[in-house]
Amino acid sequence: MPAPTGPALPLIGKSDTRPTWCPGCGDFGVVAAVEMAVKKLKIPSQDVVIVSGIGCSSNLPHFLSSYGFHAIHGRAIPVAEGVRWANHGLTVLATGGDGDGFGIGVGHFVHAMRRNVDLTYVTMDNQIYGLTTGQASPTSQLGQKTKSTPTGVIERPIDPISLALASGATYVARGFSGDVKQLADLVAGGIQHKGFAFVDVFSPCVTYNKINTFDFFRQRVYKLESAGHDPSDLVQAFARSIEWGDKIPIGLFYRVERPTYEDLEEVLTAGPLAHQPAGIRGDSAALLDEFV
Amino acid sequence: MSELTVCAGGQAGDGIASVGEAFARSFSRLGLHVFGMNAYQSVIRGGHVYYLARTSPERVYSQGDGVDLLYALDRATVEVHAPGVRPGGFVLFDPEKFAVTAADVPAGVTLLGVPTLEIARKYTTQSILQNAAGLGAIAFLAGIPLDLLHEVLSDSFGRKKGEIVDWNLGASRDGYEFARAHATPHPAAIRRAGPPKLLLTGNQAIALGAAAAGLKFLAQYPMTPASSIMHWLAEHSHSLGIVVKQAEDELAAINMAIGASFGGVRAMTATSGGGFSLMVEAFGMAGMTETPLVVVESQRAGPSTGLPTKTEQGDLNLMIGAGQGDFPRAIVAPTHPRDAFLLTKRAFELAEAWQTPVLVASDLHLSENHATVDREELDLSSVPTSLFSVEPNGHDYLRYQYTPTGVSPRSFPGQAGLQYVAGSDEHDEKGHLVSDVKSGLPKWVAERARMMEKRMHKLDGLVAQAPRPEFEGPADAPLTFVAWGSTVGAVRDAMRALAARGVATNLLHFPTVFPIDPAAVRAALGRTHRTLLVEANYTGQFGRLLRAETGAELPERLLKYDGEPFYPHEIVARALEMLNHGGK
Ligand SMILES: Cc1ncc(C[n+]2csc(CCOP(=O)(O)OP(=O)(O)O)c2C)c(N)n1
Ligand code: SF4
Repeated sequence: MPAPTGPALPLIGKSDTRPTWCPGCGDFGVVAAVEMAVKKLKIPSQDVVIVSGIGCSSNLPHFLSSYGFHAIHGRAIPVAEGVRWANHGLTVLATGGDGDGFGIGVGHFVHAMRRNVDLTYVTMDNQIYGLTTGQASPTSQLGQKTKSTPTGVIERPIDPISLALASGATYVARGFSGDVKQLADLVAGGIQHKGFAFVDVFSPCVTYNKINTFDFFRQRVYKLESAGHDPSDLVQAFARSIEWGDKIPIGLFYRVERPTYEDLEEVLTAGPLAHQPAGIRGDSAALLDEFV
Repeated sequence: MSELTVCAGGQAGDGIASVGEAFARSFSRLGLHVFGMNAYQSVIRGGHVYYLARTSPERVYSQGDGVDLLYALDRATVEVHAPGVRPGGFVLFDPEKFAVTAADVPAGVTLLGVPTLEIARKYTTQSILQNAAGLGAIAFLAGIPLDLLHEVLSDSFGRKKGEIVDWNLGASRDGYEFARAHATPHPAAIRRAGPPKLLLTGNQAIALGAAAAGLKFLAQYPMTPASSIMHWLAEHSHSLGIVVKQAEDELAAINMAIGASFGGVRAMTATSGGGFSLMVEAFGMAGMTETPLVVVESQRAGPSTGLPTKTEQGDLNLMIGAGQGDFPRAIVAPTHPRDAFLLTKRAFELAEAWQTPVLVASDLHLSENHATVDREELDLSSVPTSLFSVEPNGHDYLRYQYTPTGVSPRSFPGQAGLQYVAGSDEHDEKGHLVSDVKSGLPKWVAERARMMEKRMHKLDGLVAQAPRPEFEGPADAPLTFVAWGSTVGAVRDAMRALAARGVATNLLHFPTVFPIDPAAVRAALGRTHRTLLVEANYTGQFGRLLRAETGAELPERLLKYDGEPFYPHEIVARALEMLNHGGK
């Protein structure tokens, strides 16, 4: 297939679909930050693919003018990996909720990090299941009462940041949708980073999570970069990742350069797969000789 | 028809598959047709395993019904297989390991004790070398020239050189000479019949067909009997320019393949029933997002983990029903490695043309067993046509546009001005969701119905383009077998055996098991006198599908669900019973 041609189109912008999120939902800040980040990097919108799963947050791709794949619940990452391997000239983002990424899809999350595929994964972590009207999520806090846990959650929450560090993610950050500018920088940093970039975002669900609200986070978050954190230090990153309570860090926890999956997959060294010729070329008779 | 069947049996770890394959490959190199059945168990050591290599100058479609040369590496092999040795045949064993007496074998069968261990000890302390001695002895009885056997053996060691190869050549020569000194070749010993044929498994043919169709991305999770598709493609990944990804599970595998297809390449995943059960939701997503996808489902005996190394055609209901809601799909069912190659190619073309998932229904019997194919039967030269037809125009692109065929223009990421969002939610022509704030509103209720109709309309095109049911054998036979997939092989051999007894039968088989054209199938069934449905599952799943699609009842059924493939004699016996007792 020939490389795509045609007039370069405007940079990413809003699509002709308006978000249907509840007024005040944290996800508005996230879509704004993603748009800002991609714009800032001047990546043409036709070269951007945003893949999501299912959940309120997973509607995000519909609201931007890039390519998108709104997949099934929990499978944003493997679809995004497939897109990336089909054409690693593209900028591929995966987006979704905490249920999508750390519940039903957690296996894919871990494996994508260990293989360091060059994706940027942005989770809108509202610590609740929004779209299904308020059940506990894997990041709901101990004791939190939800529709499915009327007497309080009795399982310890997953900590996505420590999980990402332990799984080999090469760019690990946390943002807050109450600080769109910082979030946009973290997302842009993730896109520029060669390898799996994970940005977990406190993105409050104003309808179903009455504990982890904008105010809750405003009172507690502090920025790692102003606290002397060294993002090249994995041990420090782990220590910061388990901080929770009165002070909760946001910003870049960890960054390291490591070869990506695409670097190491020899077939891809010849260029994006979608631009390579298909079919059996060369000596096809020789290929059959092994069956004699 | 002259034919010869060699069987080697022993325990897992004895190297039986290599011995059997050496026979099969010797025959195919002599230009003979072969069916090679590798029967193994879900153990790595011990148990009972065997390999049946059946050969004839004419095409053989199954493992057949008897053994002429039995090479028993253990006593269990004698017990299981000696009763099936035909008169004129031989049972070969090493008296140092165990005894076999005339009482163990049918009349007219010759016992040949060969000192295979003693021969092996001449060269090494590794007892595995006994196999080479046995191979040599059987080769003499089968009529395989020693130099050809040596060629096959040397090639099986690849580039490895040195004493191992020399020992094998030496021991096989000793075995060969021992047999020459103590026996005469089997009366049906083979002779060269033409230029070498290719010997390949169904899975190798599927992999080759996929590569020829332009496959660029395979994601798979290991599961018998589908794994060797991944193995072959991984082995050839660099030379063919195909990315082969072992995924973390089948959920990932199919979703990766869908992502890759959306991203602009031909993509496939392969699995067995357990893995396909996990893929079901994403299979529907390929239908909903209209993303071309080929899924190979190589069935094994279920339910659940079932019999991992045994065969069945029990997943048809699953394949037909996989996924919530209605969406178009096609299921092709190869009968033989030759078809597996062709139908896998077709599966890609259909998936691409109709932007929907297509299943290749294989099973262990087809996927893992060997059969011969002529070089000319595998056309590797065709260059796949371009995947996408949309010219960038930057305006009003409708990814899911209503069209007369139901197929809409498809763009791919990187093409400017043609951005869209592929949605697993219901959507409109642009791809915008109609599943939330629009759902239930009169305009969008109508839109939803129309979008369903657009997608489902593609089934008409699939019916028209997918391979049609085929008759084989004489028209107007008193009995017509109805079968699909690998079972067709044993039916073909049964038809030949019946014809040899003067009993004419024919076969109606279904290279595409879904969708079918009800009127055409009714018309085909109208041309039959009596039918016998032959399938390897408990409930007659294909019979049920035919009844549902056409109203036709196939009351006579031969069903098998013991994990073993059909043997021609089982089909012959049932046919004779029907024709003798069931009126004219
Ligand atoms: C296989 C499957 N199981 C369950 C659901 C129902 N479901 C939809 S979204 C969701 C969870 C939503 O939570 P989250 O991913 O955190 O996203 P949010 O809505 O909070 O943004 C669930 C369970 C589904 N769509 N598919
Ligand atoms: S339910 Fe919660 S997560 Fe969903 S849109 Fe409303 S505020 Fe956002």
